[in-house]
Amino acid sequence: MSKREIIDSGELNIALNRLCCKLVENHGDFTNSILIGLQPRGGQVLSRLVKLLEEEYGVSSIRTGLLDITFYRDDFRRRPGHLQPNKTKIEHLVEDQKVVFIDDVLYTGRSVRAAMDAILSYGRPLKMELLTLIDRRFSRDLPIQPDYKGRQVDSIASQRVEVLWEEVDGRDAVLLTEPAS
Amino acid sequence: MSELSVNHLLGIKHLAAGDIQLILDTAKEFKEVLNRPIKKVPTLRDITIANLFFENSTRTRLSFELAEKRLSADVVNFSAASSSVKKGETLVDTVNNILSMKVDMVVMRHPNPGAAEFLSQHVDASIINAGDGAHEHPTQALLDAFSIRERLGNLEGAKVAIVGDILHSRVALSNVLLLKKIGADVMVCGPTTLVPKYMHTLGVRVEHNLQTAIEWCDVVNMLRVQHERQDIKYFPSIAEYRAQYGLTMAHLDALEKSIVVMHPGPINRGVEITSEVADSPHAIILDQVENGVAVRMAVLYLLAEKRKLGNS
Repeated sequence: MSKREIIDSGELNIALNRLCCKLVENHGDFTNSILIGLQPRGGQVLSRLVKLLEEEYGVSSIRTGLLDITFYRDDFRRRPGHLQPNKTKIEHLVEDQKVVFIDDVLYTGRSVRAAMDAILSYGRPLKMELLTLIDRRFSRDLPIQPDYKGRQVDSIASQRVEVLWEEVDGRDAVLLTEPAS
Repeated sequence: MSELSVNHLLGIKHLAAGDIQLILDTAKEFKEVLNRPIKKVPTLRDITIANLFFENSTRTRLSFELAEKRLSADVVNFSAASSSVKKGETLVDTVNNILSMKVDMVVMRHPNPGAAEFLSQHVDASIINAGDGAHEHPTQALLDAFSIRERLGNLEGAKVAIVGDILHSRVALSNVLLLKKIGADVMVCGPTTLVPKYMHTLGVRVEHNLQTAIEWCDVVNMLRVQHERQDIKYFPSIAEYRAQYGLTMAHLDALEKSIVVMHPGPINRGVEITSEVADSPHAIILDQVENGVAVRMAVLYLLAEKRKLGNS
């Protein structure tokens, strides 16, 4: 198994800044918007975006939440092993709000389908949008596309795309993991 | 984290410490689900569950049924009073008839100890023991542990006293087994006639004085006297039992610390616990009931997960 760095910290930073600009363009001061990180890896993207928005773009008091989609997955009992639920933390009403789902890698789109199902348990949002740091092109199983994407990556099914964060992994980078040949 | 090590929940005896941890951690996430505006998740929508109650139950049965419905499972209910058991059918025949209607999981309460284990050996369904005679009541012990953890933050080293009719209580046995497995310090307290002779071999402290027990513990779990299982008189009178083992506000006020008071229900107010205690901030009796649904959802979810499609 080999790992190749396909995006370095500088490029990642540019992508994050561009995502912030697009969010500000569409959501203004975020009065009626809630940013929801999809567990387990969307939370990191969310906290980095919020930090940038507050420090570099002067947006304050952004409402955020974390959503776990385990109980809404479509592969329960269909895949080997255990599906461990993560923490869900939604402390704001989503009714009539603009919800932006935030995740690190968009692949088949199945998690996003589950997230759309899950968020409806909290109310009926005015609008749902999807932001993904990495979009794995041509790999969707469902008719789902991101509204905001940081970078597009071409990869095959046997490869894995992994986002590293300085706070957790010691450095910012995106890796492409090749299976052992 | 890995899956449960068991395919049925027959008793705490069969669970590893890791299983207990997994169930409690999963229950925490289900408790969050139960506080959403829409308290239902689609996880078990392809699972059918039969609730077989050969013995009376209000709380446990409602709690299981609600847990099943919150998980979107299909539910069928069955009680012995209205069944063909009365017409002489055996347990295995009754259950096999139900299973032939494509039921995946069975929640069973039965007056005979070992009934759930027996059934698990004879039918192809995941069995959950909802109480088998005076033997075990695993989901009650799990929800008690969840409630203690919620209040104290940690179960390891927690001092828990179980007071009352230890001899006839499946709640007592399941609680003792569970609390010992996860490193709590356990004491049982009751009249000598209502504490089994070999209780100490389970590694618990045995005490016959209520005052000593509550001075020692962080949590006291008050059990009901199970008159329906008592064939002979184990104590002279209810009044004497109340005087010796009834928990009152005077007991709690005299303590230098604050202890948590639990009761698995149904409460006999004025016997093992006074109304003032049951309704005081010390008591977490209604929290236990609330947590029961979340814990049972976790058990159902984790056992259903083991029934992979293709081999169920």
